Amino acid sequence: MEQQNLKDTFPKGCIEKITGSCLVLPGDDIDTDRIIPARFLKCINFESLGEQVFADDRIEKNGSHPFDQTTNKDASILVVNENFGCGSSREHAPQALMRWGIRAIIGQSFAEIFFGNCLALGIPCMTTSASSIRAIQKEIHNQPNQVWKVDIANCLIKNISREWKVNIETGFQEMLLKGQWDTTAQLLSKKNELITTMNKLPYLNNFKSMS
Amino acid sequence: MLSGGATQIFVGLHLIHEVTSPQAFAALKELGMKVRCPDRTVATVDHIVPTTDQSRPFSDPLAEEMLLTLEKNCQNHNIKLYGLGSGNQGIVHVIAPELGLTQPGMTVVCGDSHTSTHGAFGAIAFGIGTSQVRDVLATQSLTMNKLKVRRIWIDGQLNQGVYAKDLILHIIKTLGVKGGVGYAYEFAGPAIEALSMEERMTICNMAIEGGARCGYINPDEITFDYLQGRIHSPVGSSWDKAIHWWRKLSSDLDAVYDDEIKFDASKISPTVTWGITPGQGISIEELLPYPESLEDKDKQIAEEAYKYMKLKPGSSIKDVQIDVCFIGSCTNGRLSDLEIAADIVKGNKVAKGVKAFVVPGSEKVANDAISKGLDNVFKDAGFQWREPGCSMCLAMNPDRLNGSQISASSSNRNFKGRQGSANGRTLLMSPAMVAAAAITGKVSDVRNLLTQQS
Repeated sequence: MEQQNLKDTFPKGCIEKITGSCLVLPGDDIDTDRIIPARFLKCINFESLGEQVFADDRIEKNGSHPFDQTTNKDASILVVNENFGCGSSREHAPQALMRWGIRAIIGQSFAEIFFGNCLALGIPCMTTSASSIRAIQKEIHNQPNQVWKVDIANCLIKNISREWKVNIETGFQEMLLKGQWDTTAQLLSKKNELITTMNKLPYLNNFKSMS
Repeated sequence: MLSGGATQIFVGLHLIHEVTSPQAFAALKELGMKVRCPDRTVATVDHIVPTTDQSRPFSDPLAEEMLLTLEKNCQNHNIKLYGLGSGNQGIVHVIAPELGLTQPGMTVVCGDSHTSTHGAFGAIAFGIGTSQVRDVLATQSLTMNKLKVRRIWIDGQLNQGVYAKDLILHIIKTLGVKGGVGYAYEFAGPAIEALSMEERMTICNMAIEGGARCGYINPDEITFDYLQGRIHSPVGSSWDKAIHWWRKLSSDLDAVYDDEIKFDASKISPTVTWGITPGQGISIEELLPYPESLEDKDKQIAEEAYKYMKLKPGSSIKDVQIDVCFIGSCTNGRLSDLEIAADIVKGNKVAKGVKAFVVPGSEKVANDAISKGLDNVFKDAGFQWREPGCSMCLAMNPDRLNGSQISASSSNRNFKGRQGSANGRTLLMSPAMVAAAAITGKVSDVRNLLTQQS
């Protein structure tokens, strides 16, 4: 299923490509406290997080933050630099990005918990070299409204004239392509293997199996 | 082995709290499922609790709603909740070890990145997101890809006035905040073996700040001594069998690592962060770095940090004026942290214009500290003595910085806005250094105060 660029349609099923415009957010080590400040974590559902993404950075930039620029308002592909999403494990961060409209992220590298949280929502985080990121940023800067395509099966990001190689581990790629990124069902299917493991763990049987 | 090559791992201990669990319970309800192992799931409340008045209902209706939701979920699913006033409530990473829940050889997860703390016991422990909390509630297991292991070997011993916090800040400053991505950090060597369990927890707690998903330390006699007699520790013949198993878990001396690095503990000085990532630290004797002297990858973030922190390259971190002093958090809110700080504070007064407060990591830490008279030491000096919680580490409660206030903080993150004000500034340091800053009103080398005392 091709992803629709509709902000209220969240990822579902097999994710093969994401088509839309790109938003550039430059900078290394952008942490999840910045993506969604802690005060917005006081909620029992994720619904209102989209409006609050980068709340403090946006206030500081007073309208000029990439998430406030009108040319970016329909963007679905986020382009970042290194170690994006470091810090707190809050899934509120990818939830906020997703609810704002982001459906794929391309960057030099991602913090692991953030990467896993995105995958669990069906949002691919794909990596590429610093030079490719610079080239992509430049293309976007020169022509903000062009249509881009992130092709997960072939590991590419492309616009009408050029394409760049992007990377994702084959296991994660397969999970996205096959629609198996929602892990609960997969884990449940291995019920018996789990019980076998549990029977072997000393701390689950009061260490009786240890002589 | 699962589709895509990930491994399914059983979770031995699932810790939950009010912030990252409500959406997971809601998802479980949608799936029409029950919690797979309620007896392997333990809850407490820490992030949103006020530290001044903890009477219910909380004055913040959102905080009250979050706690009510947790209480209801725990009741519906038969999960043990160590709630306010239970005698065992506290920061999740303080109470689980304290109760003997965290044990060697376990896999420990929690919807909180500082779950790496529990690796201090020879456990594999890491933070997870809310979708994974749902998976663990539903299946008591997770999908996981194998991590590489970097052994960080620490020779020598820490000098007087230099603590576990300085050591981990020094490691992160050296290896960088993304140096650990893809790795688990195993801390080893004579300096690590000499640390108490509480100090080891401080080290593993901040492994995540170096980008490593877990920190790990081999279990040894110090680990076993700590665990013996705790509420959830094995007893009788099970205890002996447990020790037998735990001893076998240690990594072999000739184990092969994906990477190894060595440090010398005796060369480390009190370390303080000056910037907006935990990797932007310097020793108290150093001057703030010139961005042009840094590696290319560190320049841009350094410039951003100088702008935000309103500090100047080439100046000293020593003598920077402090507005707020915070002692607490899952990094440094345990009894030994409070004892060390109290020793420095004793007989002194908090400097004029400084707000200083102590937030014990748990009700047990608070009670133990009170029985030793530490609360009065702090109060006599002009500190506020608070109720247990996460407090100003992340400001999801009333404790926060105002405007561009600058804090000396024993917590773990100095990100922009972390302590509740969009332009608030955080200097991370050891509890001893926070105590020294409180007394002098500025960043000070705690070793000078220790010399005066002796």
